[in-house]
Amino acid sequence: MLVSGAALLLACLAFGAYDVFALRQAIVHNLSILAQIAGSNSVSALLFNDPHEAEKTLSALKAAPNILSAHIYTTDGQPFAAYSRDRGGEAPTLPPIPAGQTEARWFQDGQIVLVRSIIFQGKPTGSVYIQSDLREINDRLKRYAGIAAIVLLTSLLAALLVSSIFQRAVAEPITHLAGIAGVVSRDKDYSVRATPTGSGDELATLIETFNEMLAQIQERDGALKKAHGELEQQVQAVARRAEELTRSNTELEQFAYVASHDLQEPLRMVASYTQLLAKRYKGRLDSDADEFIAYAVDGAHRMQLLIGDLLAYCRVGTKGEEPRETSSEAALEQALLNLQGAIQESGGVVTHDPLPTVIADGAQLVQLFQNVVGNAIKYRSAELPRVHVSANKNGGNEWIFSMRDNGLGIDPKYFEKIFVMFQRLHGREEFSGTGIGLTVCKKIAERHGGRMWVESEPGKGSTFYFALPEKR
Amino acid sequence: MAINIGENGTPIEILLVEDSPGDVRLTQEALRDAKVQNTLHVASDGMEATSFLWRQGKHANAPRPDLVLLDLNLPKKGGREILEEIKLDPSLKSIPVVVLTTSTAEEDILRSYQLHANCYITKPVDLDQFLKVIKTIDNFWLAIVKLPSDPT
Repeated sequence: MLVSGAALLLACLAFGAYDVFALRQAIVHNLSILAQIAGSNSVSALLFNDPHEAEKTLSALKAAPNILSAHIYTTDGQPFAAYSRDRGGEAPTLPPIPAGQTEARWFQDGQIVLVRSIIFQGKPTGSVYIQSDLREINDRLKRYAGIAAIVLLTSLLAALLVSSIFQRAVAEPITHLAGIAGVVSRDKDYSVRATPTGSGDELATLIETFNEMLAQIQERDGALKKAHGELEQQVQAVARRAEELTRSNTELEQFAYVASHDLQEPLRMVASYTQLLAKRYKGRLDSDADEFIAYAVDGAHRMQLLIGDLLAYCRVGTKGEEPRETSSEAALEQALLNLQGAIQESGGVVTHDPLPTVIADGAQLVQLFQNVVGNAIKYRSAELPRVHVSANKNGGNEWIFSMRDNGLGIDPKYFEKIFVMFQRLHGREEFSGTGIGLTVCKKIAERHGGRMWVESEPGKGSTFYFALPEKR
Repeated sequence: MAINIGENGTPIEILLVEDSPGDVRLTQEALRDAKVQNTLHVASDGMEATSFLWRQGKHANAPRPDLVLLDLNLPKKGGREILEEIKLDPSLKSIPVVVLTTSTAEEDILRSYQLHANCYITKPVDLDQFLKVIKTIDNFWLAIVKLPSDPT
């Protein structure tokens, strides 16, 4: 609006200036012609020194209303004849014409003055002086300004009208669109929609596309929120399951402990009285009775062992001490002390590298070493049993203990089975035991956040490993 | 004056506080051929033990036991309570009380000694062991140890 107004104004000014310039040129040209005519017609008057004749000639200038005055001068610059539109007035001093020129002109005080030499037969005979006002230019300028003002005003009005139409058709919907986009990005509210213009132009298409985009985002946002909610529910469900599992595990352990503990009492009665029977009546009944009693005694005895082992297994989880800094070397020494009798009897040798301080339940660590070393002594080959215990750091955050023996070895297909409760690879007649030892070891390792496994080959001995995290 | 129990011909009085008839019988079996001549009195619950010790009701003429074998888990009144009462009674507190129970719980052991039990023994699960333990208790407290005579 402002720009178009300024451009229009500038154009008017330029046209005006050009017009004024052109008009001036025309006026000067006219004056020059008038001066020439007046000069030519005055030559004879000058030659015959007849000022009256010259003044008659000049008075013809009345026809040009813009001529203020006209004078003829003699060659020596004396006034010869004069014409004045408004009568009276002194003849001004003749301004000099620059050398080598026949005509000169000046603009001064809103007037134009033209002086021209009168040349007759190549000789200067006098001069013509014509003074004209610029009323014509001023009138024309005023008219011109009026027209320009009207044009300017009209075009500004037109521009205003156009721009207001444009504003309503384009700017308002775009501002509205920007506002909606702002709301969406600020409030993350994808349910808002831009109001369609209904104009069917590009803008309507833009708004429609924008709304479609919003609808898609809203749909995806909804799906995302739904998925997120579902995921959260699943996570919660998993956490609940884990909690339930932990609780039921604890309950199961507690149950196993209480059950086996309470079973001990009646079992002790069964065992004691079958033993008493055997003690007091052996050989006094028939041989069948002796055999039956012997089976009852044996069964009760084995059941006592199993229940004892079950209790020992349960105690790992329920009765353990809080793991603290413990010397694994001291734990091994204690285990070897507990096994002293068996080791000496077998003629075996147990050696070890320097062993680290770990975070563990000391009593359970002793039990672990004792069970594994005890097994190595028990399941020995024809050679004298040798066991070597060492420990290495793994990746900087775990201690891997290894207990290598030269015993019978284990078939790889039993690597899993030997860690399962009451699973045994040998008959009771071959080796005594219930099959709880390694199960307890594994549970101890796992209770410490570690693992336990075995590497072995039948006839080449076994190496049992357990890993303990260095930190709690 | 300290007396060497059992040497003057009078039978030793033992109070067994035990609710399990099987264990009572096993104890009787164990004591049957003990070196020291003894009379075994049995209280099958805490209330009966109390009335025996303080000579109440049908136990008005009960003898003062020379040794108490006390189970901890008893109906009506627990063994710990009886132990505490014995050791608070000036006329009874010099009687040796042997806690004889199946419990291996650390807190039971500690609590018993804090209540001034004279010793704590877990019933061996094996019959021969059981018989041996009873005989050992009997022998230790009634033949080896010197005890004061009844202060009353």
